[in-house]
Amino acid sequence: MEAFTTHTGRAVPLRRSNVDTDQIIPAHWLKKVTRDGFEDGLFEAWRKDPEFVLNRPERAGATVLVAGPDFGTGSSREHAVWALQNYGFKAVISPRFADIFRGNSLKNGLLTVVLPQETVDTLWALVEADPAAEITVDLVERKVVAEGIEAGFELDENARWRLLEGLDDISITLRDEDQVATFEAGRPSFKPRTQVA
Amino acid sequence: MGRTLAEKVWDDHVVRRAEGEPDLLYIDLHLLHEVTSPQAFDGLRKNGRRVRRTDLTIATEDHNTPTLDIDKPIADPVSRTQLETLRRNCAEFGVRLHPLGDAEQGVVHVVGPQLGLTQPGTTVVCGDSHTSTHGAFGALAFGIGTSQVEHVLATQTLPMAPFRTMAVTVLGELPAGVTAKDLILAIIARIGTGGGQGYVVEYRGEAIEKLSMEARMTICNMSIEAGARAGMIAPDETTFAYLKGRDHAPEGADWDAAVAYWKTLRTDEDAVFDHEVVIDAAELAPFVTWGTNPGQGAPLSESVPDPASFADPNERTSAERALEYMGLTAGQRLRDISVDTVFVGSCTNGRIEDLRSAAAVLDGRQIADGVRMLVVPGSVRVALQAVEEGLDKVFTAAGAEWRHAGCSMCLGMNPDQLAPQERCASTSNRNFEGRQGKGGRTHLVSPQVAAATAVTGRLASPADLATAPTPVEV
Repeated sequence: MEAFTTHTGRAVPLRRSNVDTDQIIPAHWLKKVTRDGFEDGLFEAWRKDPEFVLNRPERAGATVLVAGPDFGTGSSREHAVWALQNYGFKAVISPRFADIFRGNSLKNGLLTVVLPQETVDTLWALVEADPAAEITVDLVERKVVAEGIEAGFELDENARWRLLEGLDDISITLRDEDQVATFEAGRPSFKPRTQVA
Repeated sequence: MGRTLAEKVWDDHVVRRAEGEPDLLYIDLHLLHEVTSPQAFDGLRKNGRRVRRTDLTIATEDHNTPTLDIDKPIADPVSRTQLETLRRNCAEFGVRLHPLGDAEQGVVHVVGPQLGLTQPGTTVVCGDSHTSTHGAFGALAFGIGTSQVEHVLATQTLPMAPFRTMAVTVLGELPAGVTAKDLILAIIARIGTGGGQGYVVEYRGEAIEKLSMEARMTICNMSIEAGARAGMIAPDETTFAYLKGRDHAPEGADWDAAVAYWKTLRTDEDAVFDHEVVIDAAELAPFVTWGTNPGQGAPLSESVPDPASFADPNERTSAERALEYMGLTAGQRLRDISVDTVFVGSCTNGRIEDLRSAAAVLDGRQIADGVRMLVVPGSVRVALQAVEEGLDKVFTAAGAEWRHAGCSMCLGMNPDQLAPQERCASTSNRNFEGRQGKGGRTHLVSPQVAAATAVTGRLASPADLATAPTPVEV
């Protein structure tokens, strides 16, 4: 995973709540067997509307998505995270994320930042008034900074450390393989098996 | 202090616990399907890793599979590639697979329970959000992403962030004509699509205890639509009776030991939930959605709400957008909404009991002119059982299409899709924009409401048919 320390970029204000993962990347894109090439599928249905915020020329090259609450609800598809990253987003800000989406994002180095609705409102107003306005998402200092705004955010220390270091979760777990083996040895014999050894 | 059911199952699976780190949990059962696994297998290959426990892993094909002409090559080359990729991966890594055409193929969340693999007190994961279904057995079951699928394949464990506990207690008995689907839709409308965020929900109370395993699976299945990390129901005699004798259920002394353990899996009297919701079953009625998220629902007897009636600005905007997308107007009676298509199936309502209840409504009736109805069993086994009971004949005699097993129109990854603006009463779990096909409009309903709707051509419950002679004219 690519490490995330701090990022500064222009933003896309997405004034919608309950942005489900079917909107982020529709199901027919899920037939691909790779982790890349999903950028054209990002918000595919909404992008058919030329006025959709992502289509506005002033939003080209923006890297921070600022969305309403309950972002990433629904399907567990990690493709939603890949689509956002493939398109160029480095961070998403929302008052509330769905759990599975949040977990997926942090495992891929897409920083998901929870800020109160009032702060999101202020960020929306700022970047709508000035599309060139930049937002800094600083994981080291755990704060979001933009003109006239400085907002701290929470992220548990372990997740933060993994992101800052760009660590591979599987390698970390495999360091404890002996503990896994010990646990396995103590599992009751009535537990289900899909194959008889 | 006592512990909740979820805490007990969690504690029994902690491999490693350290201050400031997520618990490392052991995973008892890992279910795979073709959509969320290819990149995970690629990761294993790239790092020279193997599947740690092939004997705790099982795969099936469901999302892409066609429900017609299953003996012919799959027409869509991309879907075909994805299925072929799963077959290659399972062969290479030694994973048991039930492919299209196999007697045990079906929707992954129907297959696990019917094989007896889903058991009380187990941890179950799958790269699919509806893994919450398995919580109906008192299992702790999480939907996970592809990176986590790879993690479980490689280590049979997952680091999991701590959770909060919520009790949803349903007092009294469900009134006649009110199903588990109506109940869960009402619960989601009450707590909202984000209300369960961070929580493992335990459903309890008299109304829940009286439910069959199929109905319990419907409830737990849709926990994710309330944003919950998992849903659970304490195992009891109903659970044990369902499991006894199934292919992978324990036998002999193992059965006795298992049941003795399973009986301990109840929330202690003095346990405290972080949040509690109480629902009075007597107040429930057939429930349908009018909007584009599963929380936007109302009793069938009501009308499409006025967005202005929502105090929260986000909810108001969301309702406005939903009505525009759905082609509905505020104040319109839900019973006046006519549909083009009816879909019965999915991991929510594709089990034998669901097909029985839909067939009971359709028996001796005809579906309305101009309405197409698809009935897609959740698995080959469910299909065979339905045929044995003659349900397929009831469906086809009524004018419905009887299809092969799979996810089908729940998410439209196969050819079963809605056309733009086509309106569907669906027993599935998501009414998101475009979920069942680009521009398609979905109303989530129970199997009984789906069948009655097919007969009248408008959103209806079986009670609406009772006064009318059959077949009903529209």
